[in-house]
Amino acid sequence: MTASVLYDAPGPKAKVRNRVYAVVGSLAILGLLVFAVLRLDAKGQLNPELWDILNYANVRTNILNGVLTTLQVFAVAAVLSLVLGVLLAVGRLSDHKPVRWLATGFIELFRAIPLLITIYALWVLFLSYQSELGFTGEGTQFWALVIGLTVYNGSVQAEVLRAGINAVPKGQREAAYAIGMRKTQVMTTVLMPQAIRAMLPTIISQLVVTLKDTSLGFVITYEELLYTLRLMAQNTTINEQDTYLPLIVAGGVIYVAMCLALSALANWIERRGRRAKTGIAVAEAGQAVTAGDAMGAIDGATTPGPVDKTG
Amino acid sequence: MNVLLDHLPEFRDGFLGTIALTAASAALALVLGILMAGFRVSPVPPLRAFGTAWVTLLRNTPLTLLFLVAFFVVPLILFPGISPFVLATLALGFYTSSFVCEAVRSGISTVPLGQAEAARSIGMTFMQTLRMIVLPQATRTVIPPLSSIFIALTKNSAIAGAFSNTELFNVSKLLSDKGFAIGWIFLWIALAYLVITFTISGVFRLLERRLEVAR
Repeated sequence: MTASVLYDAPGPKAKVRNRVYAVVGSLAILGLLVFAVLRLDAKGQLNPELWDILNYANVRTNILNGVLTTLQVFAVAAVLSLVLGVLLAVGRLSDHKPVRWLATGFIELFRAIPLLITIYALWVLFLSYQSELGFTGEGTQFWALVIGLTVYNGSVQAEVLRAGINAVPKGQREAAYAIGMRKTQVMTTVLMPQAIRAMLPTIISQLVVTLKDTSLGFVITYEELLYTLRLMAQNTTINEQDTYLPLIVAGGVIYVAMCLALSALANWIERRGRRAKTGIAVAEAGQAVTAGDAMGAIDGATTPGPVDKTG
Repeated sequence: MNVLLDHLPEFRDGFLGTIALTAASAALALVLGILMAGFRVSPVPPLRAFGTAWVTLLRNTPLTLLFLVAFFVVPLILFPGISPFVLATLALGFYTSSFVCEAVRSGISTVPLGQAEAARSIGMTFMQTLRMIVLPQATRTVIPPLSSIFIALTKNSAIAGAFSNTELFNVSKLLSDKGFAIGWIFLWIALAYLVITFTISGVFRLLERRLEVAR
């Protein structure tokens, strides 16, 4: 426990003091909340009519459609990014220099560029060649978003997988070669399964990032959840007020719930993995969320194993 | 090539805008993040709960949604007519603070137990232990994750461009709206981001080497 390191079990005096701090702290936090609520109320943002729109059938249908499109993008992008991740990881570990360089260059480039810019560039590109590529209607935005998410998250997943492959004990590979397996066989039957198993929590945590990033479709006017919410908030006015607050709150709850469900899965797998005695430590679930966001973080941060814990 | 030369002022403004936004929100995130980390390890349950709620909520919300909150809800609570730069800084700073908090917290947990015990045994209070013994030592382990958090922040700041801030994404959008080839714009913008992120990682590597001490 981190907490218990810093202070002793409180005695009578400390207990009283802590209680005072607790009261003062709670009051301060409560004060901030009350201030916000009062201000919103003064602006008429808490009127029941404003929040009543969430009861309308078509508003609910719209939100549901938004959630479905978001999940659709997420599902396609998640599958494609995992496939790309495996390919890039294998490419990066290839014995052939050109393949290695190509994979490394691809990973470094797309990890370094803000995802939004990649998606936007793809969108503009697809728009200008719309007829040649055979896109109609929303297809342009959909594929710009999905491909953008795929190249970015695929690059990150590749680094995660590479860390996992490097963490497989060397003897495994040597033993596989010793019994006459070919390179491909070693990779597919010995290294990859163990790497994926060890890195599963990190991989899923990165999927949480992918899920959150689907909201970037908002910028390229793809009608996912966030764009739907914004559109409704702009177009629905009650008492001459737009309805941002209720819709943002509703959307926030949905996003947080979806992400928490995925992180819970990652944590569960991490806990399960730690019980297994395979000799390869399972990565921590929480780390990828920060590391995945970033360039160059994977190498140090998500290398699985006792490095972090004993330090 | 011509896009860059013909529109150098725009590119420069965008570059400076990205840097200003990143710096301002990094400062905010650092202050809030360390405060929240302090809350999360404190002996006071309500503060701990607040810190946990803060991290859970902000880490699991898409940044784009936070931008919507900043631009459409915050002006209602504070005062209307806040500059987009301040609002974008708030959104980015609050979002990033949750990652800073977690990095600092895990840094604190790497400080050997005996250090805090020794501090307590000579009669230091929680605040003294944290401020004089634990945090200075935690700094060292926190620096690598902080570096990647700030790099992520730089890239996340692109979203601010979609909310009428002048920065690199905004510039690329303006220029491609004017009909310049997106490929070239993309390349120059990518290069600009690389310059910023490499600088950050370089500075942090320097810091890391400076603060390196054998334990």
